[in-house]
Amino acid sequence: MSAGDIGVSPGDSSFAEAGPELIQLLTPEGERVEHPDYAIDLSPEELRAIYRDLALVRRVDVEATALQRQGELGIWASLLGQEGAQVGAGWALEDQDMAFPTYREHGVAWCRKVDPLDVISLFRGCDNGSWDPLATKFNLYTVVIGVQCLHAVGYGMGIQRDGSDSAVLAFLGDGATSQGDVNESFVWASVFAAPVVFFCQNNQYAISEPIEKQSRIPLFQRARGFGFPGVRVDGNDVLAVLAVTRKALEAARTGQGPTFIEAYTYRMGAHTTSDDPSRYRLASEMEAWKLKDPIERVRAYLIRSGQADAAFFESIEAESDELAARIRKGTTEMPDPDPSSMFANVYAEQTPYLREQAEQFAAYRASFVASGDGAPLVGSEA
Amino acid sequence: MAPVTLGKAINMGLRKAMEDDPKVLLMGEDIGRLGGVFRVTDGLQKDFGEDRVIDTPLAESGILGTAVGLAMRGYRPVCEIQFDGFIFPAYNQIVTQVAKIHARSRGRMPMRIVVRVPFGGGIGAVEHHSESPEAYFSHTPGLKVVACSNPVDAYWMIQQAIRQDDPVLFFEPKRRYWEKADLDTTVEPEPLFESRLVRPGHDCTVLAYGPMVKTALQAAAAVEGEGRSLEVVDLRTLSPLDLGPVFESVRRTGRCVVVHEAPTNLGLGSEIAARITEECFYSLEAPVLRVGGYDTPYPPSKMEEDYLPDLDRILDAVDRSFTF
Repeated sequence: MSAGDIGVSPGDSSFAEAGPELIQLLTPEGERVEHPDYAIDLSPEELRAIYRDLALVRRVDVEATALQRQGELGIWASLLGQEGAQVGAGWALEDQDMAFPTYREHGVAWCRKVDPLDVISLFRGCDNGSWDPLATKFNLYTVVIGVQCLHAVGYGMGIQRDGSDSAVLAFLGDGATSQGDVNESFVWASVFAAPVVFFCQNNQYAISEPIEKQSRIPLFQRARGFGFPGVRVDGNDVLAVLAVTRKALEAARTGQGPTFIEAYTYRMGAHTTSDDPSRYRLASEMEAWKLKDPIERVRAYLIRSGQADAAFFESIEAESDELAARIRKGTTEMPDPDPSSMFANVYAEQTPYLREQAEQFAAYRASFVASGDGAPLVGSEA
Repeated sequence: MAPVTLGKAINMGLRKAMEDDPKVLLMGEDIGRLGGVFRVTDGLQKDFGEDRVIDTPLAESGILGTAVGLAMRGYRPVCEIQFDGFIFPAYNQIVTQVAKIHARSRGRMPMRIVVRVPFGGGIGAVEHHSESPEAYFSHTPGLKVVACSNPVDAYWMIQQAIRQDDPVLFFEPKRRYWEKADLDTTVEPEPLFESRLVRPGHDCTVLAYGPMVKTALQAAAAVEGEGRSLEVVDLRTLSPLDLGPVFESVRRTGRCVVVHEAPTNLGLGSEIAARITEECFYSLEAPVLRVGGYDTPYPPSKMEEDYLPDLDRILDAVDRSFTF
């Protein structure tokens, strides 16, 4: 059977490119356009605040990438190019909503008021994320692909049982849509009408594998087969993402069940700092996407519509420099964790055997000090 | 005090736990209207409703994954895995998520989840319905693992497991579901994570858990008249192991045989033998011997009597212990 037998082919524009279903409110050139189903009305202050978030989030990413290159972080997963999708989604969340990120949602973390250093501590190897997932309503990063979609649905089932009016935003990537857990989460969300919105950033690549290796149909069309609506939004258009996600979350909060959002975007950077995209994609593709940059179009719109002046952009630049300096200082001065802390919190109630191991470890470490050899290599500056 | 079966005792324990705490939910395949394929949850959906006794879609990873989200929201889901061999689709969620989220969140997100697993053979079933996967989970930091062997323990242990702030794998000896015992629901026994001496003796210590406890007791009774006295310990908790009473016993008897249905290679018996050797080296008259399933896939049921440890294989190991 060829691809044509099922109505799509790799050259089909609805498949390989964004296609006519793409919801857009701000063109790559920064022109405001209307959409029959999605309206948005933001004050100049709100628009400038969105621009600020986009710019600062990108600066965090640039700084973290640099810190990794300088050996200060073990690895960094860059969000470059996905700022519009993430800030749009982050802005759509209400305080009471819960978000379940992957490991790349630094932009959503920012919107949830998570300090970037609390994210960076994970990539530096100090912990698995320092923020409080319940207080921030932003779950800890989840590295196993797709498992968090089930957690999100379960959390949504809890919301239903609590009679609460909050919703859940579950993040996933294009590669994750092939995971069994993600498909099970679609079944569950549908059957229980759980208040969950699945927010899929289709950044075109799962490390090296293009979207064609994951799906023979546009991702948003899959939702219908599970029994709930799927929409495709321009992921580089922060206004469209905000409008679409806000509407989907409101539907979830009011008992109308799940929505699948495919935010069509592009990973401008590598998968992580360990990756080399030149092995699997062309520079010309990257150049084409640069013209669709999520931040430049907001900047162009703000200038063209007279909602921001040069002084505003200068102030953001200055704030951005301050933030970068704070992150750099905070990272390089971040204390190493106490090695004995690995024994903490394995259980709510520690087992006697683990306690014994922790005591043996402490005595072992202390033996170096006692014998005058200094601290053992583990945990020391050496 | 009427005698109740082990299956009914768990049913009663679940009911009590749900009455005591409105956050307790049951989730699983066929557990609602049908009452479970072993009827362990019989009548509970009728009394507690579909929101608390949830007939889930047929996907084990989905059961555990959504249980994680419910636990994050403050619920205490009790998940039924229909048969031991069907736990593996949920293995990823259990091992990479349930076991680690408390540590990952530095204690902010306790995983108050119980996973009920009917386990073991002896019921003449087809493939994947007779397995003993407890070692996989006992090997995983962050999980706690227990196995009940009799109706009284079943009633109390399920309630104690549900009250834990840690995730508990709760193994139920499915071929003993129909065993009966008198159940006094007014006197709570010892804590969950303690082993128990169930028959005193002085020649050799026999360790067992789950379905093998009854077999070990039968073995002890069989040789009593021959002048050989076996001490039997029901381990009850597999992770953490409670080996203090075992060490004390082995120091007296000098001999030990560990019994389980699971394959012998790297089974619980291997860890227990190592720990006894570390703690009781100078008291041992013989190496700790293991009696377990063979290192084969669980065989088709016409062969299972040959695969499963029975009274004779236990006594054979005891005899071998005396040849050192």
